[in-house]
Amino acid sequence: MKKAKLTLKSRDALIGTAFMLPWVIGLLAFTMFPLIYSIWLSLCQVEFSPNGIVTEFVGPKWYIEAFTADAKFITDMINTMKSIVFTMPMIIVAAIILALLLNTSIKGRAFFRVLYFFPVIIISGPVMSKLMSNQATTIIHPDQYAIYTVLENLPGVLSVPLCYIFDNIVTILWYSGVQMLIILAGLQKIGDPIYEAASIDGASSWQKFWKITLPHLRPMILVSAAYTIVDLAGMTTTPIHSLIMNNMMNTEKPYSYSSALSWLYTIAVLLLLAIVFLILKERRKERHVR
Amino acid sequence: MFGKKFKAKAQAEGKNIVLNAVIYFLLICIGFVYLYPFLYMIVTSLMTTEDLINPTIMWVPTKLDLSNFEMVWGVLDYPTSLLTSIIFSVICALLQTICCALMGYALARFNVPFKKLWVVLLILTFIIPADVVMIPRYILFNSFKMIGSPLAMIIPAALGQGLKSSIFVLIFMQAFSAVPKSFDEAAQLDGAGRIRVFFKIALPMAVPSIVLCIIFSLVWYWNETAQTAMLVGSDFQTLPLQLQSFDALFGASFSTSFGDASNRLNERYQFAATLLTIVPLMLFYLVMQKQFVKGIESAGITGE
Repeated sequence: MKKAKLTLKSRDALIGTAFMLPWVIGLLAFTMFPLIYSIWLSLCQVEFSPNGIVTEFVGPKWYIEAFTADAKFITDMINTMKSIVFTMPMIIVAAIILALLLNTSIKGRAFFRVLYFFPVIIISGPVMSKLMSNQATTIIHPDQYAIYTVLENLPGVLSVPLCYIFDNIVTILWYSGVQMLIILAGLQKIGDPIYEAASIDGASSWQKFWKITLPHLRPMILVSAAYTIVDLAGMTTTPIHSLIMNNMMNTEKPYSYSSALSWLYTIAVLLLLAIVFLILKERRKERHVR
Repeated sequence: MFGKKFKAKAQAEGKNIVLNAVIYFLLICIGFVYLYPFLYMIVTSLMTTEDLINPTIMWVPTKLDLSNFEMVWGVLDYPTSLLTSIIFSVICALLQTICCALMGYALARFNVPFKKLWVVLLILTFIIPADVVMIPRYILFNSFKMIGSPLAMIIPAALGQGLKSSIFVLIFMQAFSAVPKSFDEAAQLDGAGRIRVFFKIALPMAVPSIVLCIIFSLVWYWNETAQTAMLVGSDFQTLPLQLQSFDALFGASFSTSFGDASNRLNERYQFAATLLTIVPLMLFYLVMQKQFVKGIESAGITGE
């Protein structure tokens, strides 16, 4: 009896493995192997030869070069990370506001939801860059208004983000579609009873938002933030992406240098994700008793 | 701004016309920001040269002019590119969905070895920027002489390493986990094997997720340009790739007569091209909008 059960169990694992097999093969061939090979490339001098490519180990030379000899890398990296760090919170705030608006009991919600999600479907690198380069996304021409000069003259801490919002309002809203729906799903999970209980205890709407809605949304905000960072980091319009692509066939250092750059970029993105995770992860002390 | 609040108030006071008006106002304003680039694009692409120069004409062209589209139609090689795009993204989407469904089912229902490790790797593949695996993938496909063939995109898709595959695996994992285990057990008591259970019970129960994954995969493959441009190259032109090289193509087709046109004049062709590129997706979205929106809301990629 016991023996039969064991074989059943291992048979089970075997069928399960068969289900996984395509994905695992893909993972090894198209993700794990490239990852490891790319680390190797980034530490090598690569030469083309008739029989393919020849690699010669040179150590962390390209990494050092990226920081010491390539001024473009540092500025492109800073600009890319800056735009991610700036845009991500704005997308999240926009998504929360949109989700709250759409979570009301007004008519036409479905229509607006469909409308707000629309850009997610049609945006691709070329479409976005065509729209941006032809001024279709600068909706307010801010320099025409006095308010913009007022904003510009505010202290840097205030003026930089505010001007950034004005300049990028279309982009921010367009990239918040998925996040909006994730947060909307989160909002709909918070039951009415908890709000009613808070009302009975005399909580104001403002208090309810900060004490009930936001804490309940924390996991959704975390997911949205991670999604936003990955989404923004993967965009083809980032300066660092074009730098990596341009260096790929650099005749003096083909493959190797851009591999090193892509690893530095990956590390930066992972660090950013880790920071966001640490800030947004659920803290034991504050956890609510449902 | 704060939905739930308003709901409670509405019940308490019975009337909230002012608040509703504010909400509508905000929704419409934001809606305008969403639509503005499209309206601007559509209007500009319909304008003639005279309309574009005339500063008094902002929104309404004096006459409907479709010549921009005729011109761009040829430059983009529209029928061929459209067909290429459709075939390419449908194949990739279907294969990717199949592989991700299998993987999702394995993680949801089987005691496979190293389960935790696979989930961690799954998330890792999602997080890592595509740039880092691009170069080795290029070398890999190059050594098999597959650069320039759509197979270089299709094979990773079929093996679950395509665009955002991890999200699809997680969606399927969620969907299959939601099917009550007692269904499986009942079928197994009646003599069905695990594979039969998968086809007869799990798959039919997961149809909404399957639809969601196929359409999202389709859209993402349609819009993908970075990897496609590099791995599949120039002989194989999808619509977005044509759009990306539109300026060069346009210059080649009409080098002398339009070469000196100022940017403002050129922009109507660019917009006409962009519009032609996204029209198929717009139609697709109009037909499938319910599945899109419902799908994401119920897909359970929301924090679990």
